Amino acid sequence: MFWLKRNLPRLVIAPSFGVLAWFVYGFILWTIYISFTKSKLLPQYKFWGIDQYFRLWSMDRWHVAVENLFIFTILFLVLCILIGIVLAILLDQKIRAEGFLRTIYLYPMALSFIVTGTAWKWILNPTLGIEKFARDIGFETFTFDWLTTPGMSIYTIVIAGVWQSSGFIMAIFLAGLRSVDDEIIKAAKIDGANLVSIYTKIILPMMRPVFMSAVVILVHLAIKSYDLVIALTAGGPGISSDMPAVFMTQMAFHRSEIGLASASAIMMFLTVSAIVVPYLYSELKREDARK
Amino acid sequence: MQENNYKNLENKSKKKKTIYRWVLFSILGIFALYYITPLYVMIVTSFKSMEEIRQGNLLYLPQTINLESWKVAWHGQGFSAGDVYLKTYFWNSVKLVVPAVIISTLLGAINGYALTKWRFKGDSWIFLLFLFGTFIPYQAILLPMSRTLGAMGISNSIGGLILVHVVYGLCFTTLFCRNYYVSISDEIVKAARIDGAGFFKIFFKIMLPISTPILVVTVIWQFTMIWNDFLFGATFTFGEEAPVQVALNNMVLTSTSVKRYNVDMAAAIIAGFPTLIVYVLAGKYFIRGLTAGSVKG
Amino acid sequence: MANLKINDINKNFGITEVLKGINLDINDGDFLVLLGPSGCGKSTLLNTIAGLEKSDSGEILIDDYVVNNMEPSDRDIALVFQSYALYPAMTVRKNVTFGLEQRKTSKEKIEDALTKVSNLLKITELLDRKPSQLSGGQRQRVAMGRALVRNPKVFLFDEPLSNLDAKLRVEMRREIKKLHQKLKTTVVYVTHDQTEAMSLGTNIAIMNLGVIQQCDTPENIYNKPNNVFVADFIGSPPMNLISGKLIKKDNSFVFSPDGGGLEVEVPINSYKFIDKNIHENKEILFGIRPEHIHYKKSSEQDFEVKLNANLSEYIGHEQIITFDYCNQELLGKFPSTVKIEMNKEMHLYFDLNQISLFDKQTKNRI
Repeated sequence: MFWLKRNLPRLVIAPSFGVLAWFVYGFILWTIYISFTKSKLLPQYKFWGIDQYFRLWSMDRWHVAVENLFIFTILFLVLCILIGIVLAILLDQKIRAEGFLRTIYLYPMALSFIVTGTAWKWILNPTLGIEKFARDIGFETFTFDWLTTPGMSIYTIVIAGVWQSSGFIMAIFLAGLRSVDDEIIKAAKIDGANLVSIYTKIILPMMRPVFMSAVVILVHLAIKSYDLVIALTAGGPGISSDMPAVFMTQMAFHRSEIGLASASAIMMFLTVSAIVVPYLYSELKREDARK
Repeated sequence: MQENNYKNLENKSKKKKTIYRWVLFSILGIFALYYITPLYVMIVTSFKSMEEIRQGNLLYLPQTINLESWKVAWHGQGFSAGDVYLKTYFWNSVKLVVPAVIISTLLGAINGYALTKWRFKGDSWIFLLFLFGTFIPYQAILLPMSRTLGAMGISNSIGGLILVHVVYGLCFTTLFCRNYYVSISDEIVKAARIDGAGFFKIFFKIMLPISTPILVVTVIWQFTMIWNDFLFGATFTFGEEAPVQVALNNMVLTSTSVKRYNVDMAAAIIAGFPTLIVYVLAGKYFIRGLTAGSVKG
Repeated sequence: MANLKINDINKNFGITEVLKGINLDINDGDFLVLLGPSGCGKSTLLNTIAGLEKSDSGEILIDDYVVNNMEPSDRDIALVFQSYALYPAMTVRKNVTFGLEQRKTSKEKIEDALTKVSNLLKITELLDRKPSQLSGGQRQRVAMGRALVRNPKVFLFDEPLSNLDAKLRVEMRREIKKLHQKLKTTVVYVTHDQTEAMSLGTNIAIMNLGVIQQCDTPENIYNKPNNVFVADFIGSPPMNLISGKLIKKDNSFVFSPDGGGLEVEVPINSYKFIDKNIHENKEILFGIRPEHIHYKKSSEQDFEVKLNANLSEYIGHEQIITFDYCNQELLGKFPSTVKIEMNKEMHLYFDLNQISLFDKQTKNRI
């Protein structure tokens, strides 16, 4: 009886932890193992070595996916953070309409990627979307057919993605700006700094932790991009806007290449870990140092 | 300090201030347009007829409010083969969301409570594993999960999806609740223990009543994540059991005869409506949830 | 260095009057302490002097220039904040020189000023550290360095010692006093701690509810408080206030405490009344500080009373004894070496040179 009482917390956590261990970490290990096998439609448990990875990296389609991921992530990161910081600073200026504007900037985050993709698919529609609008108001030769142009389709995903996520980055920067002690601003005013200096020399340098959080979250979102791509371009035209997440699903469920798919999934996992693990480590060190 | 000049300075700085305000509002206004326009276009398009759409352009208001596309988006067109509509799948999502949110939130709360108020060996490591779980790309578990659902006999079912969402939502709910409970004073629990209360009694009588803020945030977050999910829905279900986002995507992709953009837009609004309404009504909590999990200290 | 004049300053926050008709005249080199309980308006007044808040009416003059509409950075003032407000992302060196850089001071002048101040405040070894790597006391000194380096006309301090532990507070208080003696700067210093106020200030302005109750030297504030609020706020334990009547007997005044008879009437002819025409039978409060009640007769003017001791509190070098005086509480402060027996009648002597009388209605000194 006493044993039960003493270990109650552990027993309570145990089911959740068990679920976590099995369905998350156990499954990841399974996927890792399968990536080392020859599995096609069904899993084969004979160890084959790292040939799936060689296969993966020799595929054109994978290269396109990785390149797209690269382009997307960089643009996504830069644009979201730029827009986020600018909007946060502007909103920090004590405006009456702040709540209203914040709602408008953030609502895209409440929508699913499919809804976002569907809306932007319509807006960027080659004949009836922006192109027609621009021509109607006088720009006779305006063309906007990025959606159906192999080289440009990835950029449509950037546009839609930034639209959806930049509000969130604004929200976390605004929270960060607001957490700056009022007395520091007063001291800066007495020291003679103007508004621009206060932001550039004092406040923004204090935003490093927020900046780190933003980068980690955005990169993580970028790597996971699946829903948005499917809704907006389905990876097309052809495979020109393919991304690793789409590649994996295709290989796993439509091409009967689960060994290959697992290898691609593990590549994604490793990339995310490479960014998240150091970040979590440094966060923990900071928390420990504070204790 | 020249006292004769300070009146001048005062006027100059007033002028500068008004110019600043104008620039500020213009930039904010332009961005507001950028964010609002897609929603505006969606709404406006859904009320137009296809003729209007082809002749007019994106931003024109509809000449008459045409409800046809809304009816079609919801009910379909009535013929049996290949008809796509949202009704069944909307309710699938409802059946999925309610249990999944409730279960994952409650479990997250009790986990957060156990991890913060009842320290035991290894609890930091356990928390770390939950935390890391929020970052993993789900591609790494799609295949084994698919096989497991099949083995359990619940593949292609809402029940299976509930399991999936509870499992992967657990990491987020535990994270949120744990971070909240960490900032609640330990003394309350200690006082209750001295008074003789045990683990569960303290949870239900003391912790839960003061957990309203974080429960609201967690519920809103989970609701949004699960309602908006596409990956799990598309991978683990098909046909009649699919949730609403999958149905929406299928609807948009079907190229039966002619592309019906107005129906697509109506369908998108229907699919996005619940989370949008929750955001408008309880947006504060939504934002708090987003920033709480990510900006640490 | 400069003088500072505050003329008729009023300020409201909404409908609450936070500052009412504030008038102060501070001379060059003065150390003025704004003392008062939370919410009395002292910090608001300081912020108004600094230019961080605007007053609704009245004028502020620094060196006889009206500065009301000037930005804080143009008023040539420096402010040391309660939380120090150091810039977290900058080194101590940059923190201290930031103000000078913003004013486009030459590099040599900056270096010069920095060296002088670092030596004075002993922060030279800390120059390349960041604020998060400093202790509370070190941060405090850096905050003072930031203020000193600009050599402003007026120094403002907003409860700078409140965040330090007791021992450090006493040390830093003496450091500040030494600095003031050396540099002879004009200072306005806000605190709620009366010990700080009394030890640091050349003048103290006690505030309550937005009004200055008394602005005077520490000695006058202690010995001749203007009203009941000041008498009660200063002194630990505060001044005894006994309720009673002022009676004229044979051309001289006598204090008759409520609840007492003829035996306990106190002759108060030596008291210097402010208004020579006092009518009799006035209801007053008789004020005497615990340390001015002696257990041995010390001079001829001392008035003897016989009282019972009820309660004794030992504080180390002193003891506080509570007496029953005509059913009113009277506190006395004696060295701990004196043996006091409880519930036994003892002879006590009021030092009549140190009493204060207040009108019971208006609460003002008479």
